[in-house]
Amino acid sequence: MEFMLDQAQTDFGRTLDRMLGGADTPRAVRAWARGEHAPGRAVWGRLAEAGVTGLAVPEAYEGVGPLPVELGVAYVAAGRHAVPGPLAETAAAAVLLAALAEGGTARAGQAAGHWLPRIADGRALVTLAAADGGPYALDADAADAVFAVEGEELWLAPGHGPVQPSFDPARRLARPLPGGEPLARGLAVATAAARAADWAAFATAALSLGTGLALVERTAAYVKQRTQFGRPIGSFQAVKHRLADALIGLEFARPLLYGAAVALASTPANEARAEVAAAKVAAGEAAYTAARTALQLHGALGYTEEYDLSLWIRKARALRTAWGSPSVCRSRVLTAASSRPDRS
Amino acid sequence: MDLDLSEGQLAFRAEARRWLAAHTPATALPSLETAEGFAAHRAWERMLAADRWSVVTWPEEYGGRGASLVEWLLFEEEYYAAGAPGRVSQNGISLLAPTLFEHGSAEQRARILPPMACGETIWAQAWSEPETGSDLASLRSTARRADGGWLLSGQKTWSSRAAFADRAFGLFRSDPAADAPHRRLTYLMFALDAPGVTVRPIGRLDGKPAFAELFLDEVFVPDEDVIGEPGQGWRIAMSTAGNERGLTLRSPGRFTAAARRLVALWRERADAPGSGADEAAAVRDRVADAVIRARAYELFAYAGASRLAAGGSLGAESSLNKVFWSELDIALHETALDLLGPYGELADTADDPAAPGPWSDGYTFALAGPIYAGTNEIQRDIIAERLLGLPKGRR
Repeated sequence: MEFMLDQAQTDFGRTLDRMLGGADTPRAVRAWARGEHAPGRAVWGRLAEAGVTGLAVPEAYEGVGPLPVELGVAYVAAGRHAVPGPLAETAAAAVLLAALAEGGTARAGQAAGHWLPRIADGRALVTLAAADGGPYALDADAADAVFAVEGEELWLAPGHGPVQPSFDPARRLARPLPGGEPLARGLAVATAAARAADWAAFATAALSLGTGLALVERTAAYVKQRTQFGRPIGSFQAVKHRLADALIGLEFARPLLYGAAVALASTPANEARAEVAAAKVAAGEAAYTAARTALQLHGALGYTEEYDLSLWIRKARALRTAWGSPSVCRSRVLTAASSRPDRS
Repeated sequence: MDLDLSEGQLAFRAEARRWLAAHTPATALPSLETAEGFAAHRAWERMLAADRWSVVTWPEEYGGRGASLVEWLLFEEEYYAAGAPGRVSQNGISLLAPTLFEHGSAEQRARILPPMACGETIWAQAWSEPETGSDLASLRSTARRADGGWLLSGQKTWSSRAAFADRAFGLFRSDPAADAPHRRLTYLMFALDAPGVTVRPIGRLDGKPAFAELFLDEVFVPDEDVIGEPGQGWRIAMSTAGNERGLTLRSPGRFTAAARRLVALWRERADAPGSGADEAAAVRDRVADAVIRARAYELFAYAGASRLAAGGSLGAESSLNKVFWSELDIALHETALDLLGPYGELADTADDPAAPGPWSDGYTFALAGPIYAGTNEIQRDIIAERLLGLPKGRR
């Protein structure tokens, strides 16, 4: 057993962190929220150069995946820098297309052959609407393809409906239009979609963890320099303890995230589901707690749109319910725990 | 990054499982915080030690198996899953022994560890004093130089297990004139039946004498029972405190087993006629959270064990751990008692078949968690200052 990131994985995370730290992501996020995608696409381009976009794509389709641990590392970094775009959805769509191409219809094979290499090298940014994720396809207006799953059918949507504003303006929600090209049908679609939804939930958990870490780091920095009553407010216990609790939540979500990554890499799909759900609840709740803490400790400043902290505060709220609300995920955990009374 | 067990680890786990299945008492022992229960738990320690299961990570020469931390985690998982008794030797094994391994002499280890391993000597801790809790460095009990040893005087309190234990360890002020309060403290061990020691048991919240006050009047302690150098007690004790909060005080197996029992109780209530189903529905999320948090704690421990095996250290992360498990323990037991509805308030000594039994005792035990081993307020200060770099301030 070696339940820790190895040197290469640690270095990968640091490299991405440094790279994204210099990419002025706040500007890209604000542009994305206005429907201007060029700066955000440029950030995606840099992620692609670093190998991030190929992590969910199998080697047969010019990717390097599936590598859930590395994807976790990369998405935590993306969350820390609030990278805009359908990150979780692109990874999930890649898993879905790859699963259906394997032993599926010729049409599904063609779709995989067309889209997966483009996802892997960052040319294509795609999105996905599926029951587990609700009716909307995230950032459909920016995506090169909108995939939709309903029941046992997967199709390539001909377009999307009007963009609905989200609490996080950088998340642009739209329904896929009906009709379009059917790619696959049958039980295999439902099975592959469930697997894809687990990947989406896992990716969302990683983004949440990164979002929460950024909120705690930014808040710790703020309370060190903000002075009241002649002292930095970070020297007050009421402030310290709130931040400490936020950090505890995040640091115990982290092992669940990588436990889920190990499960996605190695165990049967139905067993990974509960591990992913546990990670999703823990990371989502921890990031949300971090957001509430950040807001409170920044005072009115944190309540403004203008201050960049808002980019992370709003994202934490949205990610909490994306791809499996806390309640849905807790149900999954409990279903698995009560059907498995004995230990391995 | 993996959670795979080696052939050796699987074999170790299987051996532990077999032994525990064959030896775990069929009915729960009386609470270890009673005279009768203390004796029964001491006998259980002897049985564990006879087959070298009491201190698996210790070297073989002291009664252990030289097991790795991962193996210890596996053993603990099996131990609590089997429903084996609480460990009356916990204070000695998880607090004093690590101190002796790090700072004790070979003679002390050879003399003290084997009787600790088999329950022949059960240790109590003597840190707190009436005026000294979180601010441990302010302690007032003294150790005065005497011919061939030291004379201890003063008062200790909240001394866990001291009502029935054999010996105790703690810090004493050996130089009242030192320039800083934490200087010139000395780490000493003493017998609880030595001349000059008066033990007054204190009932915890449920009345059981889980701890005691110790009155010390010129208690003679020979030089051989000083750990490390006189005057170095603070530094030595702080390394023990790290152990206490870190991996080894509360093993994940305790919580994963309790979470499994909670899920079973929840299912039972959900399927029962009457109001049980409503209660089960109402606490559903809390039951799920207990499962999730127990798993998080287990994986956090595996991550820590992996880091230590790779030559890393834990440091202030131990404080994250302490706050997490102590709050998890309470939440788990509160949920179980809520599920039991009108039976939840019954004491563990109630003989109604519907009484909560171990949930009640476990709840009382859990309530102390956020207080001992460094209060959770102190831990949060440590987290904020050492992990987040916030400035020190008035407490």
